[in-house]
Amino acid sequence: MKTSSPHRIVFALFCAAVLLYLILPILIIAPMSFSSARFLTFPPPSLSLRWYREYIENPAWMQATLVTLTVALCTVAIATPLGVAAAYAISQSKLRIMRIVHGALLLPLVVPIIITAVGIFFVYAKIGLIATMTGLVFANVMLGLPYVVISVVAGLRSFDMTQEMVARSLGMNRLRSFFTVTLPQISSSVIAGAIFAFISAMDETIVAIFISGGQYQPLTKRMFTALRDEIDPTIAAISTLMTAVSFMLVLIASTRNKKNA
Amino acid sequence: MPTADPSLRHYRREQGLMLALSLPALLVVLLLIVVPVGWLGWQSIYHDGFTFENYRRIFSEDIYWKTFLFTFEISLLVTGLALLLGYPLAYAAHAASKGWSIVILALVVLPFWTSVLVRAYAWLVLLQRTGVINQLLQSLGIISEPLALVHNMFGTVVATVHILLPFMVLPLYAAMQKIPADLMQAGASLGASPSHAFRRIFLPLSLPGVLAGSTLVFVLCLGFYITPELLGGGRAIMVSMLVSRNVELYNQWGAASAVGVVLLLSVGIIFFVVSRFIRLDRVLGVQ
Repeated sequence: MKTSSPHRIVFALFCAAVLLYLILPILIIAPMSFSSARFLTFPPPSLSLRWYREYIENPAWMQATLVTLTVALCTVAIATPLGVAAAYAISQSKLRIMRIVHGALLLPLVVPIIITAVGIFFVYAKIGLIATMTGLVFANVMLGLPYVVISVVAGLRSFDMTQEMVARSLGMNRLRSFFTVTLPQISSSVIAGAIFAFISAMDETIVAIFISGGQYQPLTKRMFTALRDEIDPTIAAISTLMTAVSFMLVLIASTRNKKNA
Repeated sequence: MPTADPSLRHYRREQGLMLALSLPALLVVLLLIVVPVGWLGWQSIYHDGFTFENYRRIFSEDIYWKTFLFTFEISLLVTGLALLLGYPLAYAAHAASKGWSIVILALVVLPFWTSVLVRAYAWLVLLQRTGVINQLLQSLGIISEPLALVHNMFGTVVATVHILLPFMVLPLYAAMQKIPADLMQAGASLGASPSHAFRRIFLPLSLPGVLAGSTLVFVLCLGFYITPELLGGGRAIMVSMLVSRNVELYNQWGAASAVGVVLLLSVGIIFFVVSRFIRLDRVLGVQ
């Protein structure tokens, strides 16, 4: 099949064009954020950190950053243990109801996010959780759980449970045998799940649009509101930072997975 | 209920423990998705007594059913375009050498980890009147006046396809990887030309991937909100925007709920029909 027929060249060019289309937005954002110009032109007339300074010196953006980081960290801290416990139960139990539990835990991926967002908005409006940190964190825990469950269930599938049985038969209690024998061996899938939950919470926009407000607005909500009015280059700086954080985290998750594989 | 059989007792305790372990996570999902969606359903039919007014309105008032129709049309268009762009790319990743295959897949997955909002912003920058694309086309002398590439259908579709393309490519690639390579060789040894072998052997065997990817893209597109809102300029009103406007602008919670229920039912029906042909847990990447 190694002929350089015109067909193959056209095919390769087509694929290259599609790939360019896929990464173009990511390629464009970073240079934009370092531009000195008020209006977005490409290539930038000269380089500057103007928009990063604008971002850092703006108390509203800083407050939003704090909210985003707090929500994402709290989400990871809650969703990871809950997800690991559920994944352990799902892969251990043979009860039929566990398949329903497994399915229910993946619901957040299936239900259109706009419906989830409006539903949560109605419930929060009734119980007074609109524009609160607690409300934001719990919504994100729910949205992040599937990532932890999927990742850890997959990790446990390739783990030989008899090792834990051996530890227990040698006198360790169940909890200790889980923490000393099982957890270290599935740690890469736990970390991957936690990282995905973090990124999901950091990037989540639609639920935040409906339920966040006042001083507890995450970055994405403020960005969305700002974008409705005008294209502010400060958003390019924030976008670049967010993307850099995501990529770094994904890199960590994938290199760890390779080490353990 | 004490039982004489110790192994049965052990089994019960074991299963009880497993249920208890899964309970906190289950509770979070119940309280934050099952209850809210149930509430949505209740609110759509109950307002000081039972009423089907909200549903009647969806089918009788133009703005409602036209928006549904438009959303289905745009989802079909997006799915078709994603398939058109995604199939060759998935095939390239499948047929290329290992190194190239990794490069292609990495570039497909990369945008996955960029926020949808960030990508919508990037397209806004690229496509606006003074944006990169218009500048490029003007400096090349292809156009004299900037084209209206955004705040319309075009911009919405470009950004939406961009965001959904990975959901098409990955299931396609997975399905193609399952096709045994010797089948194509067998076809060739029996005298089939490469294009004939592709059409008669490879294409039919990749159809589960086509169905999986298309379902995923179509269903996700039905509920899309950020790209039509930011890039549609009010010209591409989708169902999700109808929901949000009824909540935020008109305070019509009942109407918003009914629209949400119809959207959810559409998604449910599509998943149900498709699940009769392929395993949906695989589509969602669970296994």
